[in-house]
Amino acid sequence: MESYTIHDYDVLVVGAGGAGLRAAIAAIEHGARVGVVSKSLLGKAHTVMAEGGMAAALGNVRPEDNWKVHFRDTLKGGGMLNNWKMVMNYTKEAPDRVRELERWGAVFDRTPDGRINQRNFGGHSYPRLAHVGDRTGLELIRTLQDHAVKLGIHAHMETTIYRLLTDAGRVVGALGFNRQTGEFLVFRAKAVVLATGGLGRIYQITSNSWECTGDGFSLASMVGADLIDMEFIQFHPTGMVWPPSVMGILVTEGVRGEGGVLKNSEGKRFMFDNVPERYKGEFAETEEEAERWLQGDRNARRPPELLTRDVVARAIRKEVNEGRGSPHGGVYLDIASRRPADYIKKKLPSMYHQFMKLGNLDITKEPMEVGPTCHYVMGGVRVDPDTQATNVPGLYAAGEVAGGLHGANRLGGNSLSDLVVFGRRAGMAAAEYAAKQSGSYQVDEVQVRAYIAEALQPFNNPQGENPFALMKELRATMQKNAGIMREESELKAQLEILANLKKRAWNTSVSGSRAYNPGWHTALDMRLMVEVSEAVVLAALARKESRGGHARLDYPDPDPTFAKINHIIRRSRDGNLTVVAEPLPEIPEELRKMAEAKDLKELSEKVGA
Amino acid sequence: MSTVTFRVFRGDRNGGEIKDYTVEVQEGMVVLDAIHQIQAEQAPDLACRWNCKAGKCGSCGAEVNGKPTLMCMTRLDTIDISRPVTVRPMKTFPVIRDLATDVKWNYEANKKIKPFTPAPNTDWIMFQEDVDRVQEFRKCIECFLCQNVCHVLREHDEKTGFIGPRLLVRTASLEMHPLDVENRLEMLKNEGGIGYCNITKCCTEVCPEHIHITDNAIIPLKERVVDEYYDPVLSFFRRLFGSKKQAQPTGQAADD
Repeated sequence: MESYTIHDYDVLVVGAGGAGLRAAIAAIEHGARVGVVSKSLLGKAHTVMAEGGMAAALGNVRPEDNWKVHFRDTLKGGGMLNNWKMVMNYTKEAPDRVRELERWGAVFDRTPDGRINQRNFGGHSYPRLAHVGDRTGLELIRTLQDHAVKLGIHAHMETTIYRLLTDAGRVVGALGFNRQTGEFLVFRAKAVVLATGGLGRIYQITSNSWECTGDGFSLASMVGADLIDMEFIQFHPTGMVWPPSVMGILVTEGVRGEGGVLKNSEGKRFMFDNVPERYKGEFAETEEEAERWLQGDRNARRPPELLTRDVVARAIRKEVNEGRGSPHGGVYLDIASRRPADYIKKKLPSMYHQFMKLGNLDITKEPMEVGPTCHYVMGGVRVDPDTQATNVPGLYAAGEVAGGLHGANRLGGNSLSDLVVFGRRAGMAAAEYAAKQSGSYQVDEVQVRAYIAEALQPFNNPQGENPFALMKELRATMQKNAGIMREESELKAQLEILANLKKRAWNTSVSGSRAYNPGWHTALDMRLMVEVSEAVVLAALARKESRGGHARLDYPDPDPTFAKINHIIRRSRDGNLTVVAEPLPEIPEELRKMAEAKDLKELSEKVGA
Repeated sequence: MSTVTFRVFRGDRNGGEIKDYTVEVQEGMVVLDAIHQIQAEQAPDLACRWNCKAGKCGSCGAEVNGKPTLMCMTRLDTIDISRPVTVRPMKTFPVIRDLATDVKWNYEANKKIKPFTPAPNTDWIMFQEDVDRVQEFRKCIECFLCQNVCHVLREHDEKTGFIGPRLLVRTASLEMHPLDVENRLEMLKNEGGIGYCNITKCCTEVCPEHIHITDNAIIPLKERVVDEYYDPVLSFFRRLFGSKKQAQPTGQAADD
């Protein structure tokens, strides 16, 4: 019989990116025995790829900035579908979390007076992103990694969770396997924090690393946790489009934050013609005004290239569709004519390096070609805004896998600070919950053995399909039928494709040994990827409007009815997913006024800044 | 489009063999793309470690035609593909399988380095010119290619009394942090084994982040160790008055 090892913890954290490491630190500080499971080596999680910065209203560059303006910007960018309480907790706490990183050894870029510098980004009214050149994610993950090591973190590296384990309706642990050896591990834990990141790999063109297969959404949903807002997928406007092998790799929004402009094949800055009604009056109306803004004129409004990502991505797609694209199906992003070469190399070193190495292009001399790439999911596991608890006792979620904070569209820079604000809250709450659990709970050994048998099944199925081919099919069809622009007929077709892929995902064949076997890993990833893909498509079908990261060709405008609801994606007793519309949580009047403020001075004066 | 032969190491810590695979090459392809193509179409159990495919995570280090490099940043049009391309795992670390090596020694050796310890009651004001050097060191993506080529580790397998260039860089990032007050010189001299480094600069040559490992990190650290332990005049004064760094008052860091 197949053997496994048993590991006991108070809190098991699944994932070792920014949210997972911050949750682990918080739980350790609250006295819990903590285990961390990571699919990769420590320090390699997708967080490491974050470039532009982490948003927090520190007010170091513009003292008028404060949590209220950040609150307003975040809700506005999210199409007002955000959970207001999460946004409040987030914007109030983000500055402390950034300063805390500095105290743990992070070295952010500095202002002339020696404080943490902040840069401009889309949708943020003031320069707000603490950053380190264009490698902010590396700084964040390394700092958290070092601090966690200092606290004696217990990490199971290169270990994948296959299923969560439950007893009497609560989560009591997880079953995983060591990727290096293929050996199984049973984790018995009083609480589990999911910090598994996003799902970009269900799309063909994505900025996401191999790890972002949406595990957490599916694992949570399979034990009865609700998902929320899964139709909202962020297509980042600027991914590389050439050469083919690098298609989708991210080009940081920091390029535009530092003054870069978008042009079509006619040399026109098309974003001036793409300012949505709700942002009218907040952006420069002429190139001359945008130029003055870049030179530091505080009376000038920001350039329209700094509109939110959903708006910019759709504008780029329109230019390409109407025949004004670049040779490889993108548009031009030009920083070369805007900033001196030395400045570009200093502020955007890895972009310079990335294009030089992979695209044979010197961004200090020539414009880049860019196009939309799947980058982030706003939706996720539904959580309590204070504790990050799911509706399943013992299960918590933080970071990209959790939903609610970003509404219909996330502002750039709001992810890294999300990780540390809510990672900490989840870790604390999980540790407190674990400390209260004294009763006996059981890991069901029969269930564990059944899971192990089904996980090993591809080794004993010589007639099954090639898992890599299957994954390729999933990614291509999701891209085509549930991508940046959607319509009912394609979404319905995709549901049928998914039903078919779901069956085939359980009929794959792998060869070789269990030690570090990518074919086997891919076969198991597929089983979770089809589940989360279905949640995305179902939610996208249900939302008959266009808003934020969800754009319908058949319903091109926002609809006031849908402005009042979130979609909950719930697994019914028969195991099928259903979509339920729920009214948004009611926002207190004072906060609503704040969110709808037109004049930012009002928000600033109230706190006397 | 052309076809290229890749000669890839297949095996584990008990040994293995080179196997040949034929790959269709497209414009702009990197070595990692070729490995992935082999995986998807010919050898689904071919093991390699990778994450970001953009030179940011440092997972996919290997030896391509004998040269240690990140597979994701090595374009096929920068190497000679008229002949077979050989891809082997990093030599310094035990092979887990195929191209994936066991690098956990680096994580263990890292624990010898005392953590960041800020000055008590600091106002956290740091100027850009004072952190430029530290930021250079903090660019490290922990690909361990420098560890792989360092002859102390590669040829002499000195993994108990030496921490290698990566961890010397990490030590430098802490020692040169404007607000850090910890002293790591004794560690460097003893279990860190900085004396083993004889400045051949192999590490600097392979660093994908172009960190000046030898000139900016290791040599200044060597000088500090020499000043601390081998300068007779300074040593005399230090015995009289105590080390400057250790003389700092201790206490809780300001946390406003």
